[in-house]
Amino acid sequence: MSAEAAAGRPLLSIRDLRTYFHTSDGIARSVDGVSFDIFPGETLAVVGESGCGKSVTAFTIMGLVPVPPGRVEGGEILLGDRDLLKLPESAMRDVRGNDISMVFQEPMTSLNPILTIGRQISEAILRHKDVTKVEARRLSIEMLSRVGIPSPERRADEYPHQLSGGMKQRAMIAMALVCRPRLLIADEPTTALDVTIQSQILDLLNDLREEFEMSVLLITHDLGVVAEVADRVIVMYAGKVVESAGVVDLFERPGHPYTRALFRSLPSLEHRGEALQVIPGNVPNPLDFPSGCRFRTRCPIARPECATTDPQLIEAAPRHLVACPFSSDGGDAQ
Amino acid sequence: MKTFLLRRFLAIVPLILAVTFITQVLLIASPGDYFSTLSESPSMTPERLEFLRAKYHLDTENVFIRYWYWLSGVLTGDFGYSFKYQTSVWSLIGDRILNTLLLAVGALLISWGLAIPLGILSAVKKDSIVDRLAGGLSFVGLSIPSVFFSLLMVLFAAKTGLFPVGGLHDQVYWDFMTPWQKFVDVIWHLFLPATVLGTIGMAQYMRQMRAEMIETLSQDYIRTAKAKGLSLRTVLFRHALGNAINPLITLFGFSFAYLLSGAFITEFVFAWPGMGRLTVDALIIKDEPLVMASIVMVTVMLVAGNLLADILLAAVDPRIRLE
Ligand SMILES: Nc1ncnc2c1ncn2[C@@H]1O[C@H](COP(=O)(O)OP(=O)(O)OP(=O)(O)O)[C@@H](O)[C@H]1O
Ligand SMILES: [Mg+2]
Repeated sequence: MSAEAAAGRPLLSIRDLRTYFHTSDGIARSVDGVSFDIFPGETLAVVGESGCGKSVTAFTIMGLVPVPPGRVEGGEILLGDRDLLKLPESAMRDVRGNDISMVFQEPMTSLNPILTIGRQISEAILRHKDVTKVEARRLSIEMLSRVGIPSPERRADEYPHQLSGGMKQRAMIAMALVCRPRLLIADEPTTALDVTIQSQILDLLNDLREEFEMSVLLITHDLGVVAEVADRVIVMYAGKVVESAGVVDLFERPGHPYTRALFRSLPSLEHRGEALQVIPGNVPNPLDFPSGCRFRTRCPIARPECATTDPQLIEAAPRHLVACPFSSDGGDAQ
Repeated sequence: MKTFLLRRFLAIVPLILAVTFITQVLLIASPGDYFSTLSESPSMTPERLEFLRAKYHLDTENVFIRYWYWLSGVLTGDFGYSFKYQTSVWSLIGDRILNTLLLAVGALLISWGLAIPLGILSAVKKDSIVDRLAGGLSFVGLSIPSVFFSLLMVLFAAKTGLFPVGGLHDQVYWDFMTPWQKFVDVIWHLFLPATVLGTIGMAQYMRQMRAEMIETLSQDYIRTAKAKGLSLRTVLFRHALGNAINPLITLFGFSFAYLLSGAFITEFVFAWPGMGRLTVDALIIKDEPLVMASIVMVTVMLVAGNLLADILLAAVDPRIRLE
């Protein structure tokens, strides 16, 4: 768990990352000063409400932010000694799908409808590894079988529309992992799937992470998923990281008022039957975030100072960062 | 696939019956017949006129009888003789259809050969100077009436002498040319009419290609392809083009069919000996066997154009099964 995460150098270090979208309505500061590390072999979950910038963070790491309207305004993404943001596009293409892969939210539309599954997987191998087509095909079929797709030889020659949603997501995972990346970014990989299939896919990801010794950046808004697979958790709100902690720590002692609100909106075992508390108010518009602390408009413990000072991430406990100076002052009173 | 083709092939029969029957109705409904114009000739006696009309079954206004005479001939493989040229209609149509096909293929090559790369370029470089230039060009292309453009081109050919003003090939030296020289000569004659005809559709196809490409490039699977580290070229041509071109293939079928049947103005301006002129000329003088055979031919080509599109579509998109 977080013991191995704490040891050694991070695999990927993100420092003060800012990605804005320049739209006709103004500048959307979707990712605005995000910093975190991912350590070798760990599963880091990123949670937060819809629109808080989780996907944009992932796309920025992959170098897939649509430009325009998007633009990476600043920061560093360090993979080893290299800053991915400074790499030329051709070098970044060697990283994509090879060192870092991504599985997307929508398995239904993320596969090309006119190419066979086998072709779509083997083209990733052929792009990055020095193998023959025959070898690439063999590796693709092997990978399909590894992700639990029955009769993989036959499936390799089929088209996406011949596969179910769960099978498509398995094929996507096979495609992402076939070059044995060091980091897999999974952007809500189970949101579009049936509940039973969801946990199968999560188990699969967990097994593969161990087998391939890779790190997983798991984006989700489902705290249940976090509890199931994550080692550490990053909580995002309005383009910023508001809390970062080991999973046990976070579930036992949530620090930030937003994290606490998230837990209150979760149907938990102990409080089953109680009415769910939805976080009052709306997610702020990224075109026009509140000054100071961005959560203050919905925060139960907000004070006048919150409007003027930008809260920094401070170590509330060892390896537990919280971006709220008042979090220890009985924020859970309500 | 086989049954699909067979079915489509059989469907052509009732279509031809319907089209030719309607043509027959219209031929009878409009005043006069082929011999009406001959009646003014002093050598034509009323008796002779009557004899001729009876011989060619023009002496009855009953659609069914007239149609039956035509159809029974057709069923034995005899489409009749042209009133005007006094030769079998197929000997007239045979050459013309090849010329029309040549013009249509030339026009298709020009319109699609320009529309597809330009559309892709505009989509990839959206809102750039290239895109705006191509957009302006297509606006001009859409606004110029084709008759005007044809005449402009003829004028251009006449003034500069760079291209022949009309015809299928050189009239004087044709018989002395080697096969290669003949080929070059025909292409040279083909260039302007094919360009005029090609530009009619080009602007529209380019716009559509651009729109489809932009739409396709925003799809999730394009993002997946990029996430694999593929180059822009591979993403464009392996992942995007096949999907983007899908809706255009149907349009391609239509455009082919349209070119085969609707090139009359261009054929006329450039004195191109194609089906369009033959058919319209035959209609004007009411050369009935020739009109009917032309109509059959044009219908067959229209269906063939659309069939071609269906087959291409199935080849590109695995989700479409021709059954
Ligand atoms: N292409 C774009 N153009 C303009 N704004 C964008 C674009 N992509 C994202 N954004 C903005 O960035 C913000 C964050 O979006 P993002 O997709 O990262 O949210 P998310 O946290 O992944 O939400 P979800 O849980 O719904 O996936 C959104 O509010 C959106 O307004
Ligand atoms: Mg998202």
